[in-house]
Amino acid sequence: MTSRRQLLTGAAAGVTGAAAGYGLAAAPGSTQPVVTPAGERAHGTDTVPFHGLHQAGIATPAPAHAAFLGLDLRPGLGRDDVRRLLRVVTDDAARLTQGRPALGDTEPELAAIPSRLTVTVGFGPALFDRIGRADRRPPSVAALPAFPGEHLEERWSGGDLLLQVCTDDPVTLAHTVRMLAKDTRDVTTVRWVQRGFRPARGATPAGTTMRNLMGQVDGTVNPVPGTGMFDGAVWARGPAWFAGGTVLVLRRIRMDLETWDAFDRDGKELVVGRRLDTGAPLTGRAEHDVPDLKAVDSHGFLVIDDLAHVRLAHAAVPAELMLRRGYNYDEGPAADGAADAGLLFAAYQADASTAFVPVQRRLAARDGLNRWIAHTGSAVFALPPGCAPGDHLGQELLE
Amino acid sequence: MRPFVLPCPDQARPDPARPSLIARSALVAAVTGGLVVALAGCGSTASTVSPAPASPASSTAAGPAVAGLVLKDGWVKAVPSGMTAVFGTLTNPTGHDVTVLSAASPVAGTVQLHEVVTVNGAARMQPKTGGFVVPAGGSHQLAPGHDHVMLMDLKQPIKAGDQITVTLSLSGGTSVEVSALGKEFAAGNESYAPSGGVSMSPGMSMSPGMSMSPGMSMSGMSGSPAR
Repeated sequence: MTSRRQLLTGAAAGVTGAAAGYGLAAAPGSTQPVVTPAGERAHGTDTVPFHGLHQAGIATPAPAHAAFLGLDLRPGLGRDDVRRLLRVVTDDAARLTQGRPALGDTEPELAAIPSRLTVTVGFGPALFDRIGRADRRPPSVAALPAFPGEHLEERWSGGDLLLQVCTDDPVTLAHTVRMLAKDTRDVTTVRWVQRGFRPARGATPAGTTMRNLMGQVDGTVNPVPGTGMFDGAVWARGPAWFAGGTVLVLRRIRMDLETWDAFDRDGKELVVGRRLDTGAPLTGRAEHDVPDLKAVDSHGFLVIDDLAHVRLAHAAVPAELMLRRGYNYDEGPAADGAADAGLLFAAYQADASTAFVPVQRRLAARDGLNRWIAHTGSAVFALPPGCAPGDHLGQELLE
Repeated sequence: MRPFVLPCPDQARPDPARPSLIARSALVAAVTGGLVVALAGCGSTASTVSPAPASPASSTAAGPAVAGLVLKDGWVKAVPSGMTAVFGTLTNPTGHDVTVLSAASPVAGTVQLHEVVTVNGAARMQPKTGGFVVPAGGSHQLAPGHDHVMLMDLKQPIKAGDQITVTLSLSGGTSVEVSALGKEFAAGNESYAPSGGVSMSPGMSMSPGMSMSPGMSMSGMSGSPAR
């Protein structure tokens, strides 16, 4: 606040350049700042369309905050109950994402600043059996194979239903999650909640790749929405009800920041194969330069190490492409000051068996980064296609 | 759905096929635990002017396009049994005022049009004389603590996500079918004091399961307060 006031009053000499970057300009020596409307625009009323061919919250830019909720269908309940749940969740989402209160919203004022709110729904593997639709389960929406080195915990894994809520505003996030929790609890119980964050809206230019809590630029290689490559990688083509949907693999990846801190900077860059400052591959100069996986140094050694993360994560074939749209998490520090932080790795793909699974097999077997990370949670969901006004999400599956 | 209008027992058109409303209330009371609701107000104007029940065919013919009245953002408080209320915005795009005279629903034995009034400083609800008038080109709000469509003698639980239908009988002899989405709603525990000057005698309390609509205090209650 102080620095902003200084900017506004021109008291902070020499920072007018920075001020201009925020849409503010103060003439040197002047006490009358010029505030441009663009720089002062509030983002709270920004909305993302809810209805459409695809669910929002996948191809749409990732807002700053997210909550993933894993829900379990209560014992004895079935298809009709899931239909009720989807009807009310769809109705809530259609309203709240557009900045309108949910029906019977006891805090309607909290719906006023959606801040790019999206609500995305997914179906876990077991749900298909519970609703008598085992024959319509997309084959890759199933328990993942065990990967070496993972330390999966029940409390972060599985789930019959997913609610993914993303928004730039944490108050809106809380209100939305509260509404959804009230409207789902007679059908489901909450299995887990995982909250994550990215840089604040406006902190970096739109489209800037985020950093994870190891300090790495994370998510550089990602298919671009609106391209054929994206559509092919992300949107499922079948079964019929699922066309336009996608498969989410959500992995909770714990980072051992204590030992990572002890590692030297050169080593950190070698392990990933990218520079920490720019995110550029060690063979390039800019973040989006394509890594040269064959380049060797003057001694004949590979510049990007054999075990470097970028080498192993690199899609070997187009079918391995997936959209990564993860969020950092931080639940620490613990009583002893130790970090409890990591990444909610969220990967969206047409078919997990050809994308996440083979890539993770390579990483689990050889990734140099494995010394500092551990997968502690795992869940897979079918995210149905979007719906039209008047319909509810998953309607075709239930019909 | 098959629309119907259930007349009140003290009306000119008793339905011999149905037990009296009072008797059925007593039955509900027995089921829900010592609850007795006096429904002396049932004979108020709101329900006595019910037009003849629309046949399914004529109801279809008098669908929303013809009747012109729409319930926007319709919702109903989820309850396990007893009574509940329907809310939303009645919208009238036509060039003339439309009055909702009565209502019926397949999920309720009795449906009344209610208002909430303040008596001796306490809010209570009662059947609304004259029904709901929706002005030409305007709307009429049905909201917790205000006018609402009361569903009584529920035939089934109303659960979150249930889509229920209500048939509104309108001035001019038409009717319109509207829908409401079941929503969990913690408020809505106001008292029900039937009109007609009959107050509940001590012991005639509303059980929590029979709580009525919205956000009102229990202070206006003649009987012992519910929670």
